[in-house]
Amino acid sequence: MTISNQHRRDIGLLALLVLGAIGASMLIGDGFIGPAAPEILIAIRLPRMLLAVLVGAALGLSGAALQGALRNGLADPGLLGVTPAAGLGAMIAFYWGISARFAPALPAGGLIGSSLGLLVLSRLSGRLPSGPSLILAGVALSALSGALMTFVLTLAPNPFALAEITFWLLGGLEDRTMGHVALAAPPILTGMILLLRLGPGLDALTLGEDTAATLGQPPARTLRVAALGCALAAGASAAVAGGIGFVGLAVPHLLRPWFGERPSDLLLPSALGGAMLLLLADMLARTAPLVLPLSGSPPLGALTALLGAPMLVRVVRRMGAP
Amino acid sequence: MIGLDHFSLSLNGKPVLRDVTFHPRPGELTALCGPNGAGKTSMLRALAGLVPNAVRPDPRKVAYLAQNPGAAWGLAVERIVALGRIPHGPRADDAAIVTKAMLRCGVEGLRHARIDRISGGEARRAMLARVFATEPETFLLDEPTADLDPAASHAILRLLRDVAEEGAAVVAVLHTAELAVDYAHRVILIDQGRVVADLPADRALDRAAALFGMRTVTGPRLVPPS
Repeated sequence: MTISNQHRRDIGLLALLVLGAIGASMLIGDGFIGPAAPEILIAIRLPRMLLAVLVGAALGLSGAALQGALRNGLADPGLLGVTPAAGLGAMIAFYWGISARFAPALPAGGLIGSSLGLLVLSRLSGRLPSGPSLILAGVALSALSGALMTFVLTLAPNPFALAEITFWLLGGLEDRTMGHVALAAPPILTGMILLLRLGPGLDALTLGEDTAATLGQPPARTLRVAALGCALAAGASAAVAGGIGFVGLAVPHLLRPWFGERPSDLLLPSALGGAMLLLLADMLARTAPLVLPLSGSPPLGALTALLGAPMLVRVVRRMGAP
Repeated sequence: MIGLDHFSLSLNGKPVLRDVTFHPRPGELTALCGPNGAGKTSMLRALAGLVPNAVRPDPRKVAYLAQNPGAAWGLAVERIVALGRIPHGPRADDAAIVTKAMLRCGVEGLRHARIDRISGGEARRAMLARVFATEPETFLLDEPTADLDPAASHAILRLLRDVAEEGAAVVAVLHTAELAVDYAHRVILIDQGRVVADLPADRALDRAAALFGMRTVTGPRLVPPS
């Protein structure tokens, strides 16, 4: 079909933009723009850039897959409770001081949290999950994780720990190493492969769960794979980068006017768009102290929303127009 | 070939289908008629494998149109119709088959229109074209003429009769007994979950009238030009 050729060209264009952002990201340091010594490039900027790409792609793709699977434009990885569960896991690792003695314990705690969250989610949503039961189970898991997080916060050993936990929850990519990349990449890539293969199942769900079943795409299977893929990809992202919101929700909406609304057409573009948005936000975080009187970089989670919200408003305003 | 043999179904402890035996036959348009809540939709869903303990048929051979087919996203009509190709996986002739299905259901002119920006009747025909795009052996259609004006209803039933006469088995839930009698080859009357009659269409009207507690009259009525 000629449409799919057009689609391929658009994806290529988006990929080129991401490559450009990757190049720019390698040229921008913390409060400093320009080329750097090779050791700085490899030890500091490379892991940061790789994590921005991996985490952004994981969040964007998770959002597109979940919105398709749940047939709801309000869905994002946070909705399933996987991100809060990862936060809780990381916080517990932090609270008991494990992460102070062994740095990878923080992201590992996040991963354990999101895996346990997925287990709770699949128990809560029943043997044959449907859209509404999965959403409600996710809301329950979010509330539970949030409550336990507050509980752990009140037990925080000292004000300094409290500040550090809060900062982690806001999300960020500074001071990450190749160790973080190595820890997060396998679950993120596994989750993304699962989600990218969901195309026909998500398209069939456009017509409802019954019709999807008669098209040979059982909805329970699609929902289960979507939840598993998101738990791996978004859970691992939250484990290494904290709670970066908005990417999963906004990126698919930003791309629908360009790539159309068919769920399968949005999967790969949303991964690219998520990577793009996070690279831009991270560059903004690093350059903001150059132009604004800030003591440090603003949190990444705030910047993704700051960049994405005006774009989303533009899309929403156009939605009503014929 | 799909079918039901002495099939019973209870939902939440309430019997919905009782000892139903029915086999759609190739070459026939079969109408399922009966009062509200008689079990017409449940019977169709059982044939489609959508209720507990029902056999799930081969999605390439059996296509199903739900009673309220909505689309979650604003896809173009041709994209909606192309969803009917999912069971076959990607094939080189997909585009041609999708165009043929749109032409048959009269929505080719709406190819690029978004499904959520056309009328209810046009959307219903686009959804029907999606079923045609599967090129199934058996069509299972729940009220394919809902939302349609009289002329469009007649046109769709004419089309379904033609498809049946080309060799497909077509089963449609119809809420208008007159239309069923005009176009179907075979009429199944259902009441309280039981098949109470399975007979050729020309003998069905009196039985249908009795079932609905109505009588038959002769007089002027709307029919398409011959």
